[in-house]
This record gives sequence, C-alpha cells and structure tokens, in this order.
Amino acid sequence: MSALHPPRSLAARLSAGLRPGADGGYLIGAYCLVALVAMPCAALFWLALSGSSANWSHLWATILPEASLVTAELMVGVAVLTGTIGVVTAWLVASFDFPGRRFFSWALVLPLAVPTYIAAYCFVEFLHFAGPVQSALRAILGVRTSREYWFPDVRSLWGAVVILSLVLYPYVYLTTRMVFLMQGRKAADVARTLGASRAAVFAEVLLPLARPAIAVGVTLALMESVNDIGAVEFLGVRTLTFAVYSTWLNRNDLYGATQIALAMLVVIVALVTVERMARRRQRYTLGRADRPQPGSERLAGMPAGLAALACALPILLGFAIPLIVLADDALRRLDQLFEPALWRALTHTVAIASLTGGATVLAGFLMAYGVRLTGSRRLLLATRLAALGYAVPGTVLAIGILIPLAGLDNYVDAQMRAGFGVSTGLILSGSGVAIVYAGLVRFMAMGHGALESGFTKLSPHLDMASRTLGRTPGGTLAEVLFPLMRPALLTAFLLVFVEASKELSATILLRPFDFETLATFVYAQTSRAAFEDGAVAALMIVLVGILPVVILNRSILSETARS
Amino acid sequence: MTHQTARQRSVASLFIFGLASAAALGAKPAAAADVNIYTSRQPDLIQPVLDAFTEKTGLSTATIFIDKGLEERIKAEGANSPADLIMTVDIGRLDAAKQAGVVQPVDSPVLDANIPEKFRDRADEWFALTTRARVVYASRERVDADAITYAELADPKWKGRLCTRSGQHQYNIALIAAYIAHYGEEAAREWVTGLRDNLARRPEGGDRDQAKAIYAGECDIALGNTYYVGKMATDELEPEQKEWAAAIRVVMPTFDNGRTHVNVSGVSLAKNAPHRENAVRLMEFLSGDTAQKIYAELNYEYPVEPGIETSDLVKSFGELDPDTLPLDEIARHRQKASEIVDEVDFDAGPQD
Repeated sequence: MSALHPPRSLAARLSAGLRPGADGGYLIGAYCLVALVAMPCAALFWLALSGSSANWSHLWATILPEASLVTAELMVGVAVLTGTIGVVTAWLVASFDFPGRRFFSWALVLPLAVPTYIAAYCFVEFLHFAGPVQSALRAILGVRTSREYWFPDVRSLWGAVVILSLVLYPYVYLTTRMVFLMQGRKAADVARTLGASRAAVFAEVLLPLARPAIAVGVTLALMESVNDIGAVEFLGVRTLTFAVYSTWLNRNDLYGATQIALAMLVVIVALVTVERMARRRQRYTLGRADRPQPGSERLAGMPAGLAALACALPILLGFAIPLIVLADDALRRLDQLFEPALWRALTHTVAIASLTGGATVLAGFLMAYGVRLTGSRRLLLATRLAALGYAVPGTVLAIGILIPLAGLDNYVDAQMRAGFGVSTGLILSGSGVAIVYAGLVRFMAMGHGALESGFTKLSPHLDMASRTLGRTPGGTLAEVLFPLMRPALLTAFLLVFVEASKELSATILLRPFDFETLATFVYAQTSRAAFEDGAVAALMIVLVGILPVVILNRSILSETARS
Repeated sequence: MTHQTARQRSVASLFIFGLASAAALGAKPAAAADVNIYTSRQPDLIQPVLDAFTEKTGLSTATIFIDKGLEERIKAEGANSPADLIMTVDIGRLDAAKQAGVVQPVDSPVLDANIPEKFRDRADEWFALTTRARVVYASRERVDADAITYAELADPKWKGRLCTRSGQHQYNIALIAAYIAHYGEEAAREWVTGLRDNLARRPEGGDRDQAKAIYAGECDIALGNTYYVGKMATDELEPEQKEWAAAIRVVMPTFDNGRTHVNVSGVSLAKNAPHRENAVRLMEFLSGDTAQKIYAELNYEYPVEPGIETSDLVKSFGELDPDTLPLDEIARHRQKASEIVDEVDFDAGPQD
C-alpha cells in the first residue's frame, strides 16, 4: 500500500514559502519512531555479529542450498498464486456485474481471518487418509488401504503454496481492487470505446495500471510466507525459516540462526528494491478522483457463471473448508465454552489486538506525516526499512525485543534500587507491553503502508492552503488531515488488528504468567499433538477476525469513495 | 458517510479501545504466585500435578508455556527474572538450560533419595521426573517380529516400510545422539542413511501421525514415544485414534546391550529464583509418590522414582529395560546428530 511516490515538492514549497526549519521537530520525532520500530532488528544484527559465526560450511554443504531453493519455490508459487487469485477476483468484482457480485465483493476478504497454521491443519485434516475426501474416494473405488490408489500429498511444497496462497491472496485482492475501482474504470472505458476486447483491456490497460498495488499485496503475502514456521513445519516443507529453528534449537546456535534469519531479510530487501527500481521510471498518477463505481458491464449466461465460480472458489477453499473442519471438531467440545480460561483468552486477544492496532496506527501515522511534511527521501527510506520486521520469523524477532527491553528494565531497576531502594522489576518485558511492541514491529508493514497510501491520495494543496491560512503543522495535522485520513486510519487499524489477533510465535515467548491469547491457547493444545482440542479456540480466532475483515472491506471502499 | 455517523463511530471505537486497554493492563503482574514456572511441557500435562501440590501445601503456582527460547528469555531477564522453576521435556533442553547458565544446583536429600543417580545431573543442575521410551510401533497385521534392535531398523528388509516424524525433531535427535554414543559417528551416519532408505514416505507429522499411517497402510513400522500410545488408546473425543492405537503393537527395540533408549522430562531451579525455598519444595513434591503416580496414570509415562508402578496400559507394552548410557552423554552428541540428519538429507525421505 506504499506504492506511490511521496509528494516530493510539498515540503520544499512549504518550507521555502512559510517558515523554514519549522519541521525539524517532526523530522526528529519521526526518526525516533523509526528507531523504536527498527530496534529489535538492530538488536538481532548486534546478536548475529557478537557471537561466533554459524557453521556456514556445514550449512552450505547440507541444507542451505536445498532450503534456499525450497524457499524460492515457495515464494514464486505464492507470488503467482496470490497474484492470480487476487487480481482476477478484483478485476471481476470491480469491472462486471454478475450474480452474487455484492456478496463476493466482501466475502473474498474473509480468508484473511484464517491464520496460516490453522489453514494448514484444516487442509491436512480434510484431505488426509481418514478425512472425508479420501474416505469417499475409497468407498467409490472399493479399496481399503492407501497403497491401492494414488492421492496427492498435501504435506508437500505445492500443498504449502496452495494453502498459504488461499489465505493470503486477500492482500492482493484488497490493494488491486482499489486501483481498479478508482482509475481502472475510466481507462477501461476509453480502451473499450477504442475497440479493445475485454481481455485486451485487462492485459494491456488494467494490469500495468495496477502493478504497484499488486506488488504491495504480493510483498505482504511473501513476507508472511517467508516468516511462517507453524504451517511449513506442519506440512514438512523445509524452508530457510525451518533451518533457522533447527540451527537454533538442535545445534544450540542462536547466533547462527540469527545470521540465517538476517540473510533472508537482506534478500527480501533486495527483492523489494529491485521491483521498485524496475518501475521507477513509470508514473502512476491517481489524477482527478473519480467517484468509484464498480463497472456495470453485465455478464450473462456462461461468462456470468464462470465469474461467479472464480469468485466462489477462493472463498470456499480459503474460508469455508477451514471453518467446516474447525466446526466439526469444535462441536464435540462445546463444554470448553464453559471454561473461563477460554473467555479470558478471548479478552486478552481482543485487548492485545486493539492495543497493537492503536499503537501501530499512531506510530505509522506520525512516521508517514513526517515524510509528507519534510519530504525527506532519507526518512522515507528509513520508514520503509523499519517496516521490514515482518519478514523475520516471529520467535527470532521476539528475542530481538526481549534483549533490549529486559536490558532497559534491569537498568531502570538497578537505578531505582540504588537511588530509592525500590525495585521496579521487569515493567516492560514482563508485561503485555512487550507483546504490543512486538506486534507493532511485525505489522508496521501493513499499518504504515495503508497510511502512506492514504496520504498520497490527499492533495498537497490541502496542506498548503491550511498552512497559508495560518495553521501550524500540528494544527494542519489535527484539524485538516486527521479527519480526512480517518478512513485510511481505520483501514490500517483493522489490518493490524486482524494480524495481531492471529499472532502466535512472538506472543508465546513474550507473554506474562497465566496469560493466554486464543492463538497460544490453540498452540498449547497442538503441542501435544491434539489439535482437535484447540478447535474451539481456533474457531474463535477466525470469528474474531470476521467482523474486522468485513468492516475493513467497507472502510477501504469508503476510503476509495472519498478521494 | 455523514459527519455525524463518522464522529459516532470514532467515539465508539475510542470507547472499545479504552476498554481493551483497561483489560490488558489489568492482566496479572509478572510475578504472580508462590512458585513461578517456565515450562516447555504442555501445560495440561503438568496441571494435575501442580493442583495436587497446591492442595497439599497451600502454595499457588503460575506457569508460562514457552517451547522455544525459554533459556533466552531467562537470560535476558537476568537478575529480575520471575522464574523459579524450568520444566522441560527432552534431555537436550535440560542440557541447553544448563549450558546457558540459567539454572543453579539444588542440594536436596529428598531429591537424591527419590531420583536414581542416572536420572540426575552430576552437578545437580537438572533432575529427570519421568522417562519415556522411544520404541517401534509395528503393524499388528503385517509385522510378526517380537524383538528388534535399533540397528536392524536400517536393514533393507524394511525398505519402503518405515515411517517417522522429522529427523530434526528432538526425540529423533536424542535417539540418534544415543546411537552415536554407542557405536560412533560413522556407524551412526550409516544407520541414519539406512533408515532414510527404508522410509515409506517423507518424514512428517507427529508420533501419532505415524500410528495413523500404519493404520492407513502407508507403512508397517514407525518410531514413536510410548505415552502417545496410551493417549491414543484412551482418546474419547477422537475415537478414530483408538483405531490407530489398535492397529499397532509396541515393540521395545534395543541396543547391543539389550536396553532401550529413553528420554526424560525434567526440572531445574532457575538461577535467580525469587522463591527458592518454595521452588525446591515443589521439586521435591514432583519427585515424590503423589506426583509420580499422577504422571504414570494420567500421562502414561514411566516414573523415575523406584517402586512406583506404571499404568496397566503401559505394562502391556512389555518390560522396559532403560539404557544405562548417561543422559549428558546423549546431550553431548546432539549437535552431531542434527548435522548427520542434514548431511544424509533424512527429511527429504526415500531417495529413489
């Protein structure tokens, strides 16, 4: 969602014409926030460099080539599949009128509510030997054991690609649909008038137009695939993240594990940079805002059926099947609903997700405004780099949070003991603050991206008019930009909320005593190989995600409508 | 959207946000109880034992389940760490906590009396509480053998018939490490290669999934821990697991000394334990009759305290003769074991 270039000339014009240097405070403030967000990764770099080097010769001689290849294949697969599903469904609901379009338009976002590790479990459950599909198949074929027929193994690389893509494509769908709705219509109408076919309009007009948006959506999906451990471990796919964990836990080499994780991060940064460079010379102007109206070209007969099918399939696979599998397990455990622990976990989940959403949006908003106000390219780059914490495996990132936070706690404690004779203990690292901080770092990519793109839709003239009329930068922010940015803020908040409510790997390492979220509740059950016992909580995670996802969809549409 | 509804909506969201914040800040403070436990054991498995402790002593307990990074957390928390006890499964994690310097020795006559020497750290920095054997699950239908050695599992007669979870899983790592300790690194490499060539499919899932695979006819023998068999056989909520358990027999494999590889769950006293006295009391309780019986009956594990009976179900597996190899010896070879698994590309499955 950070696709568009910042209004570079704004700050120049403002500070030249108004009060030179007045924005210094904002610049410093924004850099402080960037530092806060970047600190865990910085701590990891420090950790990686401080210890002995990993046994790289062993790693290169054994798993790294294979793990790199698997990771690359996973990334290519997820990129292609999320791109295809996301763009095609966005194109269909944005351009055509067919039965069920209004429903599909919001329901296509639903798979976002399903965490990857839960989706992986549900698909294995659905497709394994004793699951409904193979049981039916055996009944039809009249066979008894798995040796008598062939069935694809979902616990494989392709299985991981499909499963991850089915719950991650909504990122691409959301970002791309916005572009199609806003500018695609006019451009498409012009092309159609000039005699282009539907296919040609899609391939030659809409697709190039949507490229930045697609890149943003796919990047988010890729970062989530790369840092994933729950799903890939369960599916037996040995990615680099898997190598990070085996290096750390089986060879007791945290330094080496951190080194691999950071090497991955560098590769991601390189990929994102290359993609941006490749379209640097192209201009993507939003131009005069159109009132976004979905296309009205009516489909009938076969094309309408195909369009409905293409939209129904991702929802069915990415949302309905996991929901049914979970509900089936959960129905046998409805007594869990009477356990106060489950409801406490629900409260904690909502609280942590809300706080994380609020904190991330606030920090992201100030960072993005800092860029808008000062026009500093350097700050822009710094904010984008800071948002890359999402590509680091969650548990590793959590260690990057623990070390500085606990260090600070212990320092404060020592000072307080020496000065006042009281012990403050672990105020930050021993409380929910650490979890919120971890979420802020992990999900800044979503929050900041949504806000950055929200800002680019507001004309710089607004700021100029406001400043000319005597408002300070702060006044402009509070009285002019903040109200206009409300839809973008809501979008950012909800995106982070949904992600944070699914977060597992950092939470599990950072939480205080007897503090469970729904995700850790599920994980504790899974860890003794009884996932079914966590089905009620897993179902709750999905349900908690549905409402924000639906509001998110409306919020993005209203954001589109305003600009 | 009219101005008014926008305002109403933001007021409403502020309200929700405030409520949520209050709920989060109302969470319990860090040091919550009389004994604070960091555990990488599944919390439900230890809760019955902890409840029995609270009932007996009136001391409350608080737990955090952390399966990865437990030592790193305690290390980062330093002198202010609220952790009193560390409870883990697998000798590797007990040893890792010791090596990380986040534990301290305990000198307790009770522990010494309850726990045989081979199940205690030489420096008294960790104490095993239960053992579990890594055994062979054999198909009742398709396998006749009553006895098997670990070495034999690599015999080509099992080609295409063996299933296991990931070679990098700590239970397999410990078994391979024990093999190294017995026969040396080269023999172990050959053995792991042989196992790999016998695999029916790529290693995946957990130990229960291997039983399921035998039930499904995908393989005939599998590696698994003993207690999972008990868990499956008594799973009332997932009755299909009873069928998996019914499809297999437990065969106790042996090394050349005629003994079976066991791993442990155990406990250590945290280095900066704020409630040292209570913590040691809990450790002693865990090694005593009440707790050991609960472990045996509810979790189908082997108690470490001599004289405590295993559950009837576990008895049906046959007599366990645990390996006499010192556990720290196994821990020492873990890294090499992990490297061998990578070198022979075990987790890629059968090579042809």
